[in-house]
Amino acid sequence: MLELNAVDSGYGETQVLHGMTVTAQAGRVLAILGRNGAGKSTTLKTVMGLLPAKAGQITFEGRAIGSGRPYDIARMGLGYVPETRDIFRSLTVRENLELAAKRFPAPPGGWTMARVLELFPRLGERMANGGMQLSGGEQQMLAIARALLMNPRLLILDEPTEGLAPIIVKLIHDRLMDLKRTGLSMILVEQNFGFATSLADDVVIVSKGQVVWTGTPDEIRADAEAQHRWLGV
Amino acid sequence: MQADLGFWVLQGLNALQLSMLLFLLSVGLTVIFGLMHFVNLAHGSLYALGAYAAATAGAAIGFWGGLLVAPFAVAALGVVLYLVFIRRMRRAGPMAQVLVTFGLIFVMLDLTRIVWGAQALSAPVPALLDGRLTILGVEYPAYRLFVIALGLAIWGVLALVLGRTQIGAMIRAGVDNDSMAACMGIDVEKMFFLVFCVGCALAGLAGAVAAPLLSVTPDMGLQILIPTLIVIVIGGLGSLKGAIAGSLIYGVVQTFGAVLFPQFASILIYGLLAAVLILRPAGLFPAKG
Repeated sequence: MLELNAVDSGYGETQVLHGMTVTAQAGRVLAILGRNGAGKSTTLKTVMGLLPAKAGQITFEGRAIGSGRPYDIARMGLGYVPETRDIFRSLTVRENLELAAKRFPAPPGGWTMARVLELFPRLGERMANGGMQLSGGEQQMLAIARALLMNPRLLILDEPTEGLAPIIVKLIHDRLMDLKRTGLSMILVEQNFGFATSLADDVVIVSKGQVVWTGTPDEIRADAEAQHRWLGV
Repeated sequence: MQADLGFWVLQGLNALQLSMLLFLLSVGLTVIFGLMHFVNLAHGSLYALGAYAAATAGAAIGFWGGLLVAPFAVAALGVVLYLVFIRRMRRAGPMAQVLVTFGLIFVMLDLTRIVWGAQALSAPVPALLDGRLTILGVEYPAYRLFVIALGLAIWGVLALVLGRTQIGAMIRAGVDNDSMAACMGIDVEKMFFLVFCVGCALAGLAGAVAAPLLSVTPDMGLQILIPTLIVIVIGGLGSLKGAIAGSLIYGVVQTFGAVLFPQFASILIYGLLAAVLILRPAGLFPAKG
């Protein structure tokens, strides 16, 4: 569904990805693991067009998105939940959601306002609140709900559990599990090993801007050496 | 005299009228700045061109025709500026943007001198608004009341569009975080172009309404630029609320300062600017809270 082939990318003069090659399959959850600074978030930002791919190809459903602009890439069907959540602070919760809902009409059986509020009832109680008045967990729910309302074919999540209390991590986990059951394709970048491996179908480990390990959650759980070597677990 | 209600009403209206003129100018500039971090110092020159366009068109087709023509003429010039300079300078950084748009001020200054001459042009007040109205016992020129009403009406329309419509929410989202807005499928560059054109049109409108109040001279854009920038810095970048608050503060401080403390009038507003920069460096109502 999404393929990166020998992609180089980075921030300005600093190259972070060195020939990143990875494939996300349709209908499956791909977890990208790795230490801080390995290039996980950079990979997602490059896919979304927020960082330029200086070499290599990126294709989504067979169409090249290598040097596309973020708004074109988003309209191709990629929903992005950034590490910093990036809730629009001067918009209310309702406006944040409507920004997606009104501009990406739901296909039959797709995500509607009612359906995302069923998934995250807490947001329903906060509709009139400003984006800056939300807790970290509520911001994460809103960021996911907002991405879903774009009715993406691929949902990209960057560290969805970062900085959240264990009870909220559990809630986010259960909701992502619900999404997985609907057959939604996802890419998940995560530091939380247990969280990531329990959701994923496929796992890749990234180090120094390249994929260094590929397998399944069971395989990485059983491979203590790879865990120690690449993740420091 | 200062105990007299009439004094306060009169100066209050003067302050409001100055504020509304500054509001029309600063609102476009501040949203352009907030949305795209673009510093357009030539915004004041667009105001001057609006005044010239209105005075020239007004002489041929009357005041109301001129008032209608000026915003469109200035917006059309804005399109040219956008295509020739601004689009390719989007990633050039603030210093290059300041230098180029500062240079544009002088280009436009000389162009207006070449086309219209260095002499001041006068634009008559339209017959309909030539009289005086009595408000709370004070006689006040009808035209100045019209300027106040127009400014308030534009504020109302902008508040409605920015606060209640989808395009308004998209603009606020873009000011908040343009990368994330783009990741939600919003073409931020196209939106910027639209906002830039509306901002230019409002600058042209401000020039058109100012023409009968002030004499129309080539350097009128330069004179209004500093007050406009002060309004934006006091109000806070990128927000409508900041533009209206900054304009009202400037209008009140400048007008009442000039009559109550004439010896300090010229430095009062700079003192206030310094105080705001020390206490609230982002301004009173910045878009990015």
